[in-house]
Amino acid sequence: MAASTILWITLAMAVGTFLLRLSFIQFFADREVPPVLQRILRYVPSAAVSAIILPAIVYTNGVPDVSFGNERLLAGILALFVAMRTKSFPLTVGAGMATFWLLRLFI
Amino acid sequence: MTRRESFWAGARDITPILMGIMPFGMISGITAVNVGIGQGMAMLMSVLVFAGASQLVAYQLIGSGAISFVIVYTALVVNLRFVVYSASIAPYFKPLSTPWKWLYAYLLTDQGYAISLIRFREDESVRPTWYYLGASVLLWVTWQVFSALGIFLGSAVPAHWGLDFAIPLTFMAVLVKALDNRPAIIAALIGGLVATVAYNLPMNLGLIAGVLSGILAGYWADSAGRPRRREDAS
Repeated sequence: MAASTILWITLAMAVGTFLLRLSFIQFFADREVPPVLQRILRYVPSAAVSAIILPAIVYTNGVPDVSFGNERLLAGILALFVAMRTKSFPLTVGAGMATFWLLRLFI
Repeated sequence: MTRRESFWAGARDITPILMGIMPFGMISGITAVNVGIGQGMAMLMSVLVFAGASQLVAYQLIGSGAISFVIVYTALVVNLRFVVYSASIAPYFKPLSTPWKWLYAYLLTDQGYAISLIRFREDESVRPTWYYLGASVLLWVTWQVFSALGIFLGSAVPAHWGLDFAIPLTFMAVLVKALDNRPAIIAALIGGLVATVAYNLPMNLGLIAGVLSGILAGYWADSAGRPRRREDAS
C-alpha cells in the first residue's frame, strides 16, 4: 500500500478517534448515553474482533482452507484454548506463534 | 489530597497495568512494520491515534489489502466504546478549560478510564483531573516507548517469519476476556461466521456485514434475555 494512502488512513483514524473520545467531554457534558445505544455498544468489541480474527485464520491468500494444511487455523485453535484457560495475553500469543512456526517446519 | 499527591496516586495505580501495555505496544510496533508500514509512519500512527486495538485492526486490514474506507470505518467502529467512557467520565472534567479537555480526551484509554472511575467513586479526597493525568501520562509514555521498540525490532525481522499472525492471536486474548456473558458470545459467533462466509464479497462488504450482524445478534440476545418492563417495575 502506498505511503500516502497509509498517511490518509492514519489522519482519518486520528481525527475520528479523537472526536469519539471528545464527544461527551466537550459537547454533551450534561447528557447521558441513551440506554439502547449503550446496550448496542456493549457488543461492538466482540462482534468486530471476531469478524477480524476468524477470516484471518481461515483464509490463505483469499481462499478458505479448512484442512490440516492450514497452519494458521491449527495454531489459532490451540491459541484459543490457551486464551480461554489462562486469559493471559503473552501466553496466548507465545503458544500461537510457537505452534505456527513448528507446524510450518513440518507441513 | 494535593494535586501532586493525586497525580502520583494515578501513576502508582496504573503501574501494574503497564505490564500488559508493554507487550501489547511491542506487538503493535512489530506487526506494523511487518505488514509493510514504514517506521516513521508506524510511529506517527502510534502517536496520533494512540488506540492500540484500532491500530492492530488497521495493520491487519492494510496487510490483507482492504480498501482505505473500510480500514478507517472498522478501526472507528472498534473505537466506538470511547463514546461510553467519554460520557461517564465527562462530569469529572467539567471544570477544565477547552485545551485541557482536548488533551484529556486524547489521553482517554480503556485502562486509564477504568482505574479512574473506580478511584473517583471510592475516594472523595482525590483530585480527579490530576489523578487521571498521572495515570494517563505514564500509560502514554509506556505505550510510545514500547511501540518504538517494537518498530525497531520488527524492522530486523524478515517478513517471511509471519509475525503478522500475532495480530489475530492478540485479539484472541482480548476477545476471550469480553466473552463472559451469553449475548457477547453470540455476537462473536455470528460476527465471525458472517465475516468468514462473506469474506470474498467486493469492497470488503463481508467484514462490514460481519461486524453489523454480530452487533445486532448480541443486542437481540441481550433483549431476549431481559425480563419485560412490567416485571421490572414490580
